[in-house]
Amino acid sequence: MKKSRNSLIAGIIGWTSAVVMFFPIFWMVLTSFKSEIDAVVPSILFEPTLQSYVDVNSRANYFHYALNSLVESVGSTVLALIIGLPAAYACAFYPGKRTKDLLLWMLSTKMMPAVGVLVPMYLLFRDAGLLDTRIGLVILFTLSNLPIVIWMLYSFFKDVPTPILEAGRMDGARFWTQMRYILIPISLPGIASTALLSIILCWNEAFWSLNLSASQSGPLTAFIASFSSPEGLFWAKLSAASTLAVAPILIMGWITQRQLVRGLTFGAVK
Amino acid sequence: MAARSRDVRTGPLLAPAVGVLLFWMIVPLALTLWFSFQRYNLQNPLITGFAGITNYRLLLSNARLWISIFNTLVLVSSVLGITVVAGIIFAVVFDQDFPGRNIARLLVTAPFFIMPTVSALIWKNLLMHPVNGFFSYVSRWLGLPVVDWFVQAPMFSVIMIVAWQWIPFATLILVTAMQSLDREQLEAARMDGAKGFSMFWNITLPHLLRPISVVVMIECIFLLSVFAEILVTTSGGPGLATTNLSYFIYMRALLQWDVGGASAGGVIAIVLANIVAAFLIRTFAKNLERD
Repeated sequence: MKKSRNSLIAGIIGWTSAVVMFFPIFWMVLTSFKSEIDAVVPSILFEPTLQSYVDVNSRANYFHYALNSLVESVGSTVLALIIGLPAAYACAFYPGKRTKDLLLWMLSTKMMPAVGVLVPMYLLFRDAGLLDTRIGLVILFTLSNLPIVIWMLYSFFKDVPTPILEAGRMDGARFWTQMRYILIPISLPGIASTALLSIILCWNEAFWSLNLSASQSGPLTAFIASFSSPEGLFWAKLSAASTLAVAPILIMGWITQRQLVRGLTFGAVK
Repeated sequence: MAARSRDVRTGPLLAPAVGVLLFWMIVPLALTLWFSFQRYNLQNPLITGFAGITNYRLLLSNARLWISIFNTLVLVSSVLGITVVAGIIFAVVFDQDFPGRNIARLLVTAPFFIMPTVSALIWKNLLMHPVNGFFSYVSRWLGLPVVDWFVQAPMFSVIMIVAWQWIPFATLILVTAMQSLDREQLEAARMDGAKGFSMFWNITLPHLLRPISVVVMIECIFLLSVFAEILVTTSGGPGLATTNLSYFIYMRALLQWDVGGASAGGVIAIVLANIVAAFLIRTFAKNLERD
């Protein structure tokens, strides 16, 4: 009796909050199917059209920006994994007195506000010819995600039962052999969700993308931001482009929610 | 497990990560410090040389800096407050069983995956637009006065957008934490006659304290440097109403090309972040030790 009343109240609050929280996204998707004339009138009744999607794609540069997003987020994720895997392995399986300090120090580099080093990075990039290049953003994304990647991998490695590794070690398996035949297969879900979180963070990163990239290397964040200028204000097209920009990451995030939580809190919340 | 650690040289495994992070920490920081003591404006190459503490003196006596620091603190603390409270409520609600719970949960957490520039544009144009936005439509329909959000309540609007993006994060983590709550303890408390609120206050809330500290720490990292939402919606205005420290330095650096002044601002931002970080990292280290 009491229980069903509780679940009724929870259901009402839960669904109300779901509708309220999701509404802006729903509205964006809805607007993307309107014509520009219908888009400025907030109404639910309209004749759906795919015109905006066609328009966004025919401005050939949409795919250019999407490709930049893909190359930059995947590239820096791969790079961060290559650098981070050995480090996480060492911290998880051969901890020394200083390992905790080392891990906290790595995390503390994440505390440095990007804006604090904007000026030197801008000048360094300018002098190195890295302004508005994909490689430049890949480097920055890698550096800023590396601490999180190492922490996530570390917390997943901590869960690998030690006897398995001990056995491998007894048989004389070295780092690469252990990695390849034992660790990577066992912790593949963990590595995959680390990679996904890293891709999500890079895909949505705005500060460096907006300040250090332009037409050549700009990812979707920068492309969407260019719509904020008054002359580019076509709501239906803006909504279509936005929908296309967030859809892959939204779906990816939904699928991996459960593991993301573990990763985001570095295993501190189970 | 550490017993055989001498057999393996961890140095080469750690070196690449430690190397690049050291580089990432030291080089830009050293350059920022260096520039902050220089007269350096990219628009006027004739102004050069050692500036001493002039950049800092000018900056610290500039009311704009203090306003932007104040705005930063207002933004961070309001968003933290809103997200933690909403997160706790949602955690309790989504811990109950109700029809369609999993779908509702997916919908609630969706905003976390939306890129900041997109969410800023949706809110600015589709929802908060004074003429054609959804909110003004609803206001007119209800016969209420139409609000021009970014003019009449600029900071409140930015807080709403940023909180919308971060409530899902707090919810995700606190809902997960609820699942590890000891159900038997709850049952026992119920047997002893504990009612809803006292049960929440004495059992649920203490259980959530640790995950809440995790939420606060991670949000702080990101909220101290909110940028895209402000750039896209208000550009720091009207006046300085929504200029936070990030945006203030950005204006100095890339709009006024005052490298020296912007660098001094950067140093101040780093100092501020480190004060927060020292406190947070200590809390987090304590959490770690309880593993």
